[in-house]
Amino acid sequence: MPISLPDLESAIRAAIPVTHLEIIDQSSGCGENYAIVVVSEAFAGKTTLARHRFINELLKNEIAQMHAFSQKTLTPKQWEDQLAKGSA
Amino acid sequence: FNVARRFLSQETRSKIQSAVSSTPVVLFMKGNPEQPQCGFSRAAVKVLELQGVPPEKFTSFDVLSDPELRSAIKEFSDWPTIPQLYVDGEFVGGCDILLSMHQSGELEQLLEKKGVIPPLEEAVPEEHKRASESS
Repeated sequence: MPISLPDLESAIRAAIPVTHLEIIDQSSGCGENYAIVVVSEAFAGKTTLARHRFINELLKNEIAQMHAFSQKTLTPKQWEDQLAKGSA
Repeated sequence: FNVARRFLSQETRSKIQSAVSSTPVVLFMKGNPEQPQCGFSRAAVKVLELQGVPPEKFTSFDVLSDPELRSAIKEFSDWPTIPQLYVDGEFVGGCDILLSMHQSGELEQLLEKKGVIPPLEEAVPEEHKRASESS
């Protein structure tokens, strides 16, 4: 069953408040490959590892079907800082 | 796909346990450092190289040559993807985390703290800072 982007998005939005969300389909001939950027206040106070584990758990079933998956998890403040620096 | 093998036998668990502490830095990857078989694994190797991790403190395991290891390490680390980095026997993260720790200086701090690389002389902080800000 192919991964549905709307499903990925709604799973994330249902679990945490989302300030900004990007799901980039980087699939090529090699298989399903997704990169996500999640900006949420829910990440405040959590180490990067904890944030990633959280997302891994949330999207466990979908990730298991993907060939590759990468994620950037930021708090709204970190996101703004990044935009200000011009590096997205 | 064999989902039934979702638990680790005690034997496999202890094999992996000794693998992750075999050297101060252990990387589970696709391919090997000379010939990585995946962009994320290649990036992980590059980062460790840039940090100056000495070869005698580093071991890599090629999960592509060992399908059992490939699924077992995901169970063991409770992490769905490869590459996976262990420092001093502790899981650090995958490629994303490694890259961001590299850019923030956290990775260097960790490697210095664990005695993997010698601390940088205080004399060259500016140069060093510049190097880590270029993308």
